This record gives sequence, C-alpha cells and structure tokens, in this order.
Amino acid sequence: MNGKIKAPAIKFGNNIDTDVILPGKYLILVDPCELAKHALESLDTAFPDKAKKGIIIVGGKNFGCGSSREQAPLALKYSGVKCVIAESFARIFFRNAINIGLPVIECKGISSAVETGDALAVDFEAGKIENTSNGKKFQVDKLPPFILEILADGGLIENLRRRMNKK
Amino acid sequence: MNITEKILAKASGKKAVHPGEIIDANVDMVMVHDLTGPLAVEAFKKIGIQKVWDNKKVVVILDHQVPAESVKAAELHKTMRQFAKDQNLQIYDVGKGGICHQVMPEKGHVTPGAVIVGADSHTCTYGAFGAFATGIGSTEAAAVFATGKIWLKVPPAIKVNVKGKFQKYVTPKDLILSIIGKMGVDGAIYKSAEFTGPTIKSMCMSGRMTLCNMAVEMGAKNGIIEPDEKTSKFLEGRVKALPDFEALKSDKDAVYERTVEFDVSKMEPQVACPSSVDNVKPVSEVGNVPIEQAFIGSCTNGRIEDLRLAAEVLKGKRVKDGVRALVIPASQEVYRQALNEGLLEIFTDAGAIVCGSACGPCLGGHIGLLAAGEACVSTSNRNFIGRMGSTQASVYLASPATVAASAVTGKLTDPTTLEAKA
Ligand code: SF4
Repeated sequence: MNGKIKAPAIKFGNNIDTDVILPGKYLILVDPCELAKHALESLDTAFPDKAKKGIIIVGGKNFGCGSSREQAPLALKYSGVKCVIAESFARIFFRNAINIGLPVIECKGISSAVETGDALAVDFEAGKIENTSNGKKFQVDKLPPFILEILADGGLIENLRRRMNKK
Repeated sequence: MNITEKILAKASGKKAVHPGEIIDANVDMVMVHDLTGPLAVEAFKKIGIQKVWDNKKVVVILDHQVPAESVKAAELHKTMRQFAKDQNLQIYDVGKGGICHQVMPEKGHVTPGAVIVGADSHTCTYGAFGAFATGIGSTEAAAVFATGKIWLKVPPAIKVNVKGKFQKYVTPKDLILSIIGKMGVDGAIYKSAEFTGPTIKSMCMSGRMTLCNMAVEMGAKNGIIEPDEKTSKFLEGRVKALPDFEALKSDKDAVYERTVEFDVSKMEPQVACPSSVDNVKPVSEVGNVPIEQAFIGSCTNGRIEDLRLAAEVLKGKRVKDGVRALVIPASQEVYRQALNEGLLEIFTDAGAIVCGSACGPCLGGHIGLLAAGEACVSTSNRNFIGRMGSTQASVYLASPATVAASAVTGKLTDPTTLEAKA
C-alpha cells in the first residue's frame, strides 16, 4: 500500500455482515480470486464486476459484523476494493482487514457525505479523506504507527516476517 | 479494575490497565477450526518459522463441514490433520469432539482467568467460565501460533445486571435476545459485556454460555461472567488446576461505561425476526409465521439442558407434516448423554432427524439448507440474509422450547401456549 488512494465509491448501508460479504457456502474455496467472484453477491450480483477497476467501499455503522471469516475482507480485496471507509466497524473484521493488508478507516459522517459513483481521495498518513465530487472533506484519527506499519508491509504476515527475521 | 481488566493486566505483565490502552498480551490458548484453520496454516507457513510457539496451547477442531460434504471440504480437513500431526497438536477429528465452542470447555481447554483467542467469532462463549476470550481471524491466529502473543485494546465495559426468576419455558436465550434487542447489533461494539446479578448467579453453565456466546451479536469484544462454585463444579476433572477465583472478581469500585438492568420475572419467550439479531419481539407478538424447518442445536443452544427442554416440549407429540425438525447435539459428549437419557428416542418418535455433532445448518455450509421462500426457526445465533442457504429464505432465532413448540404446530409458537392448545 502506498499512502494515497483515489477511486470511485460504492456505498452500502448499516450492519453489512460477513455472511452478506461472503456467504458460508463459499468458505471451502481457497483461492482468493475465486472468493472475489462472490463478494457481496447477496446484495448485488454485479458487485465483483463493478469493483474490478478499483473502488472504495463506503459503509454505515457496524461494517463487517458477524463471523470472523477472513475470507470476507479477502474477497473484497481481491475483487478490487482498495479501502473501506465506514461510520464504524465490527472489531474482528477491522483487524482482519488490516492483517491482510486491506486499509480500513473509521469516519463519522462519511455515509451522508458520499453517494455511489463519487470520486474519493484518501491520504492515510495524514488521515484525510476528500470527496472530490462534492468537495466535502474529513479529518480522521490516524491509525497507530504499528498498524500503519502492518499496512505498509502489506499485511501482518509480511510484517511479522520482517520483524522476526530482523531479530 | 473489572474482571476483564484484571485478566488483561496479568496477561500483559502490568499492575493495571485502562480502557483504550493497547497491550501486548500473552495468549494461553488458541483454537482454529476446519474453515479458518487452513488459511491460518497457509499464513503460518509464510512466516518462515518451523514450529508453533507452544504445541500444548494450540487446538484444532473439525466441526463446520463435518463430516466432509465435498471433496473441497475433505481437502481442508486433510490439511488440518497434517498440520496437527506435524506440529504435534491436539486435534478433535470427526466423531471425537463436536462444535468447537462446546468442545473447548468440555475437554478442559478453558480455564478461568485465561486469555483465549479463537479463529471463530463465537470464541467469546468461554467468558462464561471467567476467561477473557475473543474471536480473531486466520492470519492473526497464525501470528499467535508463531509468537504466543496478541495486541489488544483494553475494552471499556458495560455491566449487564440481571435479576428475577425465569417463568416456565423462558430461558437464557430469551434473555440474551431481549438484551440484544435493547442494545442493538452495534450496542456493545469494541466493548466488554459483563453479565452479573442474581439471575446470572443462579444460572447453570449452559445458560451462561448461551449469554456469552451471543455477546458478539451486539458487537462486544468479549462477554464475561465471574467464576463461582458452578464454574468449578463444571470444570472439576476437566482442567488440571483451578486458579483463585478471588483474584477474578470485579472490584467494588470497578469502572463501567454504563450499567443496563434487566428483570426476567415477567419476560415472555422472545424471537429475533429476519434479518437482524436485534429485530427482537415477544413470540406472542409476531402473528402467523408458518415455518418449513425447525433447528435445535449450535454452539448457542445444543447442550444437554437445551435438548432436555426441547424433548420436554416434544414428548408424545409429532412434528407437523410439512416441517422438518433437525436436532444436533453440540458435542459427542452431549450426544451420548442425550442418548442415555432417552432424549434421542423422544426426538425420533416425534419425527425429528438427529444428526451428528457439528455446526450443521447454522452457517448454511453443510446440511439442512433452506430453499427460496422457506422459513426456519432456529436456536442458533444469526439470522442474516443467506445465513442458512437461499438469500430468499428467512431465519427466526428463538429458544429450544420455542423451536420445539413451533415444530409441532408448523408456525412460530410461544411454548407456554402449546399445552393449552393441545
Ligand atoms: S454452531 Fe454456528 S455459530 Fe457456532 S461455531 Fe458452528 S457455525 Fe459458528
């Protein structure tokens, strides 16, 4: 991940759960590209197609609630989701996303300031989000440095490998 | 400090911790299952170290796609068996265990005061025994395999104080549904939910597990209950040694973000309607809801007390034509006990099918899936869109008594009214 992302938004509502992000019946699939084909299909069968070119998901409250399945953020990442910005996250999803190198940002007020199709610009290090379609700007709490480091390394495993080999 | 803070302080070698503080905690036990384990194994191999940090502290349980329903699932199981063998880990294979959250305490892997993480969101169940237990993802489980540590943010706590005596056929499941209904599915997000009060004190371990199990359905990081003589009675003979419970009591001046009060004495049987766990109403208020499937089982309500209750309702009655009733004991131990007590006979006499101990239809990956337009009343913990099969099916969550009563009438039924009608 580099510190900045620009991509169009696709917006969802509150309590988008991990069963909706990736139904249980696909958990036997191991290839993340296969998982990606089913990302969010319960809400929109065309989602993987729309996400392909790179998008940012804007969610409401409690995004990613439910199961601990890491296949949910994996499916999003491999479908083309560059980042998820939501009013709040379910905690396991939040951790999982960071651990697999999918940036997630909590931002109060984001869902009323963005519509699907708006162009967003995100600067992680500065904690800045801008909706360049309507000019609305947000400053969010920066993630703690060790989390930014995990994201910069591309995920927890890469981070751990680097740290453990340093020792 | 409250009990959660005390456990986290000890685990991170500190005298005290405060909400919001990020700590590096030593992990006492980590669990993975057949759907989260393979990803963890893959991630572990990428780290580039040979052995897990402590092979006595990693448990593998096959329970989700059990017995394997497809070649793909069989491959996942094979991966986990091989990993357990290579690393010399405790594994509960098909027929030897059951649902992970039942097997963990049953087989002595849960001790009060321990920090337990599991690659499954309902790992919070073990809070019923006074452990700090929370769900994590596969990659994080791999990191714990490697290091034995995890970073955690100390959660602010909500005290859920419960008083009153349950009426007949009103259960801990009805209580937790009503708590989630009030709090909302994000009502305890990032927080600790500590259940206290006289009702909790008098509740059996099975009921306490049902409460802590569903803490995650209101977003909680952990659910927890102070251990007491009921806890030690359950764990005796299962764990090697029990810690001093005094050190695990929340201090009188412990800080809570807020306290919520519940009184169960007038509570009616509750149901969470589709497709959100906080869409909760008394069963008496849902009107006429015909059902095609009734499911009694899962890590929420597949224990012996649950099966006894369902059998009490079903005894001498028939599952309505057009309804399929599935009963799945949560573990082999529960299965055997139900067999010895004659419960399985009651279920089969009533026309229910009893399946082998596993997750079953709970997550819609294996047996007992729903077709479009069908409705299921279930003792499990999630009613999300598509959770049990078709995205056009609906799932209602209720207690074993309510599910059994509904199986008899073919529609959502308050169990307290069944006798009167029969
Ligand atoms: S019974 Fe259901 S909720 Fe419990 S572990 Fe299995 S799939 Fe998850």
